[in-house]
Amino acid sequence: MNSRMINRIMVGFYLVVFFAYLFGPLVIMSITAFNTSPYPAVMPFEGFTLEWFRILFADKDMMIGLQNSLRIGVLVVLISVPCGLAGAILMHQVLPRLRNYYYIVVVSPVLTPGVIIGISTVIFWKDFTAATGASFLYDGLILASLGQSSFISAYCMLIFLSRLQRFDHALEEAGLDLGASNAQVFRHILIPYLRPAILSASVMAFLSSFENYNTTTFAILADKTLTTVLAGRVRQGSTPAISALAVTIIAVTVAGTIVYELIKRREDARKAATMRRAQDAERLEMAAA
Amino acid sequence: MLASVGHPFVLALPVVVLAMFLWIARRERRLGLVQGPGYFQRNGVPIGLFLLIAVLAWAVFMIVLPQLFMIELSFRPKLPPSQTFGPRDVYSLQNYHYFLYGSPTSSANWNTVHLRAFWQTIVASIVVTFANFALCYPLAFYMAQVAGAARVRFLLLLLITPYWVNEILRAFAFRVMFASSGLINKLLLAGGLVAEPIDFLGLDVGMYAGLGYAYMLLMVFPLYNAIEAMPKAQIEAARDLGAPWWHIHLFVVMPFARPGIASGCTLVFMLTAGALAAPLVLGGPRSLWFTPIVYDRFYQAFHWPQGSAYALILLLTCIAFVLAVMRIGKLSLVEITR
Repeated sequence: MNSRMINRIMVGFYLVVFFAYLFGPLVIMSITAFNTSPYPAVMPFEGFTLEWFRILFADKDMMIGLQNSLRIGVLVVLISVPCGLAGAILMHQVLPRLRNYYYIVVVSPVLTPGVIIGISTVIFWKDFTAATGASFLYDGLILASLGQSSFISAYCMLIFLSRLQRFDHALEEAGLDLGASNAQVFRHILIPYLRPAILSASVMAFLSSFENYNTTTFAILADKTLTTVLAGRVRQGSTPAISALAVTIIAVTVAGTIVYELIKRREDARKAATMRRAQDAERLEMAAA
Repeated sequence: MLASVGHPFVLALPVVVLAMFLWIARRERRLGLVQGPGYFQRNGVPIGLFLLIAVLAWAVFMIVLPQLFMIELSFRPKLPPSQTFGPRDVYSLQNYHYFLYGSPTSSANWNTVHLRAFWQTIVASIVVTFANFALCYPLAFYMAQVAGAARVRFLLLLLITPYWVNEILRAFAFRVMFASSGLINKLLLAGGLVAEPIDFLGLDVGMYAGLGYAYMLLMVFPLYNAIEAMPKAQIEAARDLGAPWWHIHLFVVMPFARPGIASGCTLVFMLTAGALAAPLVLGGPRSLWFTPIVYDRFYQAFHWPQGSAYALILLLTCIAFVLAVMRIGKLSLVEITR
């Protein structure tokens, strides 16, 4: 056995251990969702059942929480994608001398623990809404959305910044030279260029919001989201219904990932086909000339 | 100083800073340091307004003012609403005093419970961060320099998938495994390795395993991005010159991947120190983590000023860690947050 072989075996072993750590707990939890045992257990497997899923979907609090989570997720996308986009565009326009300070302010939420963002959001809006008389804004769903948007906007901004780095500003100038207004250049050049980033930022924003716990648990006040209900249930004790929820989430996301991959592959194939056709056409033209 | 006097200053601070921003911009233009079209000329009025309003709403109302209000509140006493901004609403250090020395009526010299929890949280977070780095570095290197494109794509997909499951469910999965009647104990008992189940959760084994697990992805990605940018020729050159493998990693790859390492470490440290789900779900009855204590200050003791003080202490610790990493790695904030 040569050293190359040993190396390969070691790498393989490491990969197996790493992914066992990554997936092992989730797989085990998933199995417990189908076991009749009233306590989440794999061994002994007493019998196959879907009862825990029925109990899960009959859980009113969970369903209310789910609805709230979806609402907050949509609101967060609506707030943080525009804010992140504006933050990224302004980054290139702020005076170079002030850019660093601006950057520190808008990126700080990424490096702030979520609990602190939740706490500060509640403190501020409680005072602010009381002082301005807009107490209808002091609402769990709104506060949770605002708190989450604080750092999710920053994530979005980082996504837009990395896309903007490869943007050719000559395109904008060409548009302006050809007589387009600023608004037209923004709408017809910049936004289409950023469309993939807008899409991925929206998906990322929704998912981060949906699974957020640390910020939400402070900012949600008397309302509940799926994660806060879940945290309460988990603290009360273990039941396989919680495992059933995990299985549902995993199933939905795996399905989503597969659909996304398929769409992406098809799009890639279409793009490649268009490219090929264009090249063929060009070749024909060259041959004709 | 009375809070009723200081409070308006807190509100005025962002306005003052913005005015200074504007003044500097004006001056630079007048002095001819900045040329080219002005802001509204460049963007047009509607879009210019949209950009300004969106950024101001975000930066002022979602980032700066909430933090300032929290900082201010941490210096104020706990009072019934009717006495807010009254004569007894004075700034003081009493909430920080409580963190160090406990309540004035207790006989102990130090607030040992909270101080120990704080200390334990910081030390454990640092250990978890390093463990994460040690575990993730080989994978990041493998993906960035060894594996082919198709395999990398597949591995990335595998890495991301568990993170769609939220933190609480991930922690719950560890509880199912480590519970005294959980799989690990069953296996140990069946194998005859132990006579009776080990209380993994009480010993905090479950909590540390869960904490290490929770944020692995945020370590792998920055590392992978940094190592991927490295030219393969550099590693080959080092190998050709006879460097042993650990030399290559320690003196060639890691210095190159410094920004990625710093970025992964700061993110993981910050998230671990601020973690709430894993300690709540996996912590044994005797385990102490700082964030649940902060939570209890708010929603058990209903002492919001004290909770704010505790939150600020945690925040300052995280900032100190970020600054330390930046200093050690000789990096800028832009490089860390990329």
